[in-house]
Amino acid sequence: MTATSAGSGPGAIARPSSAARTRARSRRKATPSWVKSVLMWTSIAAIVLFCLFPIYWIVNTSLKAGADLSRGALWPDNPTLRNYRSVLNDGDFLLALRNSAIVATTTTVLSLFVGSFAAYALARLRFPRKALLLGIVLSISTFPVIAIAAPLFKLWTDIGLYDAEYGLGLIIPNLVFTLPLTIFILTSFFREIPRELEEAALVDGATRVQSFTKVVLPLAAPGLVTAALLVFFAAWNEFLFAITLTSTPEARTVPAAIAFFTGSVKFEAPLGTISAASVIVMVPLVVLVLVFQKRIVAGLTAGAVKG
Amino acid sequence: MTSITPTQATVPPRPKRSGGGSFGRSDRRLAGILLSPALALIALVAAYPIFYAIWLSLNEYSVRVPGLQRFAGADNYREAIGPSFWDAFGNTMLFTGVSVALELVIGLAMAVAMHSAFKGRGLLRATVLVPWATITAVTAITWRSIFEPGLGFAPQVLEKIGIAEDVIWLGENGYAMAVLILADVWKTAPFMALLLLAGLQVIPEDVYEAAKVDGATTWQRFLRITIPLLIPAILVALIFRTLDALRIFDLPKVLTDGSNGTNVLSLLAYQELTDNRLIGLGAALSVLTFVIVMVVSFLYIRFVGGNIKTLAED
Repeated sequence: MTATSAGSGPGAIARPSSAARTRARSRRKATPSWVKSVLMWTSIAAIVLFCLFPIYWIVNTSLKAGADLSRGALWPDNPTLRNYRSVLNDGDFLLALRNSAIVATTTTVLSLFVGSFAAYALARLRFPRKALLLGIVLSISTFPVIAIAAPLFKLWTDIGLYDAEYGLGLIIPNLVFTLPLTIFILTSFFREIPRELEEAALVDGATRVQSFTKVVLPLAAPGLVTAALLVFFAAWNEFLFAITLTSTPEARTVPAAIAFFTGSVKFEAPLGTISAASVIVMVPLVVLVLVFQKRIVAGLTAGAVKG
Repeated sequence: MTSITPTQATVPPRPKRSGGGSFGRSDRRLAGILLSPALALIALVAAYPIFYAIWLSLNEYSVRVPGLQRFAGADNYREAIGPSFWDAFGNTMLFTGVSVALELVIGLAMAVAMHSAFKGRGLLRATVLVPWATITAVTAITWRSIFEPGLGFAPQVLEKIGIAEDVIWLGENGYAMAVLILADVWKTAPFMALLLLAGLQVIPEDVYEAAKVDGATTWQRFLRITIPLLIPAILVALIFRTLDALRIFDLPKVLTDGSNGTNVLSLLAYQELTDNRLIGLGAALSVLTFVIVMVVSFLYIRFVGGNIKTLAED
């Protein structure tokens, strides 16, 4: 707030606060409105182009085959679904989709289950060294994952979780970075719930567990959805564990499968098929984004605004 | 868990709790129960492996005979801190510095544009989320195909304009790093934009109106109002992004596999661990990466530590 007085100059004393409500752009020396709208639409177009052109390019490539593929034009002359057909007939890729679905879903459920308890404690209960604890949880989320890859590899080999079918060995490692995320988001959402509601339940004789499950959780449903989405995205995207803790298609998840796709020597240049695979993997996430954009943004910015 | 708060003695045995004041001991016990599963998991998969990694890095392991090992002290570290380490260190710092700076500038521009766009805001928000939602392996594939020599969009356009003709983008030092940075900026500038947009939206409109009445130009309002009031949001975004960029792994792994001047710390450690099967050396490199990230994160958290405190208090 201090900065505003510096900018407002001598007239600051007579600042009419009621004038603020009139959002009129017709102040003196204001830029003409058509310039403004041209500027606005240009920048909107630039943003849309920047964000979506690469996506267009990969879709474009995925629809090409044969001569089209080796020309690199801005659109396919003879669009074909051949690449999609060959990807969907690729057993390894289907296994990867299956594994990713299992790993991401299980990680999400576990993360929310365990994380909501911890977040409730951090948001509501009074206990010593809370700030320190939250600091530790936060710093875990900044861990370079490579630091724990080698030990986990040895450990997982010893207890038989290395290369476990369905990617089951990836779920617990994923929790390392999804739990801090969950705890962080849910803590800020639980805080928003009025304490009085819960206290009223306690006065009426509910136990703390009941007040949590019957009052807090239902009210925090939007927060739970947000956290679930972000955790699901993170788990679906996870790469380092996926390539260090698995080695066969039966255990591999999508990101690992895509990374190794290029290596496989096939009859045709894999550019077309790998593009098709990329598009297939992208579709569910883009749909989720379109449906839940508000919830996702709420989660991404949780805590950031409080500053 | 052992320290005693003054309120503890005043807690009545069981009956109805009154209002907000005194949850004392039951609070603490419940907190312990609720936190223990999360903490146990974090201890199992984060804390324990870190210590194990340190132990691994102090030993030497035979490549030929599995299980054969001997204590090597700091040997691995002495070997690790060589030319390839400094190379990866430099690349990581270059990547982090340039990509985070670009993301901040582009993200800020996007946030301001989104904030002033009254009509297409929902559409813009969805658009901007698409790169963020694209999985990193796919991002790498996409940008590789855009810069594919001869076939990609970028080399074709650049050749027409007459810039950087005959460059194999992913095959040359410097150029490969440029593509790596571009791909990262594409994926994460939108994330930055959303964080900053949230910051912009909490700046009260009155402040701008008042400045307008006083005759401040658009640019002055941006520099004197928007930026200072946005500083907290900018700092948070910078912390997130810097720590993320320092440990970058998947993007260079899929894009270039660390070749042509794009090898970064995490990737170097990974190569020693898996490709060369040098567990001790790889562990030493990953511990070094860990220490570097922790030092930066410690500095940041000290710098803006208030954030965590305000979240923990209230």
